[in-house]
Amino acid sequence: MLELFINSILSNNIALTLILGMCPLIAISTSVKNARGMGIAVILVVTITAVINYPIFQLLKMTGTEDISLLVFIITIAATVQILELLMEKYIPSLYSAFGIYLPLITVNCVVLAVSQFFVNRDYNFAQTTVFAFGSSVGWLLAIVLVASIREKLAIYGDLPKGLRGKAIVFMILGILALAFAGFRGLAL
Amino acid sequence: MNLVRIKYTKWFNIFKSGMKTDNPIFVAALGLCSALAISNTVENAIAMGLGVTFVTIVSSVFVSLFRNYIPSKLRIVTYMVIISTFTIFVQKFLQAYFPDIYSALGAYVGLIITNCIVMGRAEAFAVKNPWRYSLIDGFATGMGYMFVLVFVALIREPLAFGTILGYQVMPDGFTTWASMAIAPGGFFILGLIIWALRTWAKSYDLEV
Repeated sequence: MLELFINSILSNNIALTLILGMCPLIAISTSVKNARGMGIAVILVVTITAVINYPIFQLLKMTGTEDISLLVFIITIAATVQILELLMEKYIPSLYSAFGIYLPLITVNCVVLAVSQFFVNRDYNFAQTTVFAFGSSVGWLLAIVLVASIREKLAIYGDLPKGLRGKAIVFMILGILALAFAGFRGLAL
Repeated sequence: MNLVRIKYTKWFNIFKSGMKTDNPIFVAALGLCSALAISNTVENAIAMGLGVTFVTIVSSVFVSLFRNYIPSKLRIVTYMVIISTFTIFVQKFLQAYFPDIYSALGAYVGLIITNCIVMGRAEAFAVKNPWRYSLIDGFATGMGYMFVLVFVALIREPLAFGTILGYQVMPDGFTTWASMAIAPGGFFILGLIIWALRTWAKSYDLEV
C-alpha cells in the first residue's frame, strides 16, 4: 500500500511521467499561490470521484454494461464537481472563495478521468484505488507547484530570448523536471 | 481563378484558422496531454490524430444541430455526454480492428473526452454556427492537431527507436535515445518547436 502511494507520487508521477493534466498545469502555473490552490482542489476532486466511481463500476460490471463506463464516469465527475461547488459555497464560504474558481475547470482536467480509467485497467481493489487516487493527485500538486515556483523565479531573474518566453520555456522546465523524475524509476518498489 | 476566389470563402477561412492561426497545440496550447504522450511513434500519432479528428467533427456537428435545444446552464454536461458517446465509438473501433494500437494508446483513447480541443470547439464555435461550418471547423482543428502530432513523432521516433512507421531509417550503429521515448523527449521537442515557430512568426508571449 505504501509502495503504491510512493510510486504514484514519485516514480509514476501522473504529470511528469504519464503526462496528464497538462492544460491546467501550464495555464495556472504562473504563481505558486494559484498553483497550490488548483492542486489542492484536484486532490479533493480526484480522491472523491475515484471513491464514487469504484462502486459504480462494480455495478456496471455486474450488469454487463462496462462498455459505457467512460460515459458514466464523466457524468459522475461533472456531477461531483457541481455538488462540491454548491456545498462549499453554502457551508465553507472561505474555502470557496479560495478554491471555488478552480473547481469548474477540474471537470476537463484529464487526471480525474485518467485515475478512474487506471483503476479499471489495473484491476485495483477499493483500498488500492483510494490510495492510488490520493497519491496521484498529490503527485500532480507537487508537479504544478514545482513548475510554478521555477516560473516565479524566472519571471524575476530570467533573461530569456523572446521566442522562448511563455509556453516554450514551460515545456523546457517540464522536460527537465520529467528527466529528474525519470530518475525515480530506480526507486520503483 | 477558382483558386483565388476560394481564398475569400468562409469555408476556406475556417479551415485556415483551424490549421494555422488558431492551431490548437501551438497557438492555443490545448490538448497537450495526448499530444505529448502519444507522439513517440508515428503510428500512434496518426491513430490518435484520426480519433480526435473524428470525435471533434461528429460532436461539433451534433452540438451545432442541437444548439437551439441545449439549455445554456446544462450545456457543458450535454457536450460531455455527446463527446463521450463518440469517444466510446472510437475506443471500441480501435479495440476491434487495431488491438495493437489500442493497447499502445491505452488510457489515452478514453481521455479524448477531456481533450480540451473537442470541448473548446464545441463551446467556441459549434454552439454559435450552423452544422456545415462546424463540420469544416471540426475537421480543420482535428487536422491541425494531427499535423503537429505527426510532426513531433517524425522527430521522436527516429531518435527513440531508429525507425519511422516501423522501418529502419537510422544507420546500424545508432544508439537510440531512451529519453526520447518517454515524457522528457516530448516536452523538449514540443518546447523547441514552439520556440522556433514563435521566433519565425515573431509572435511572442509577454509574461514568462
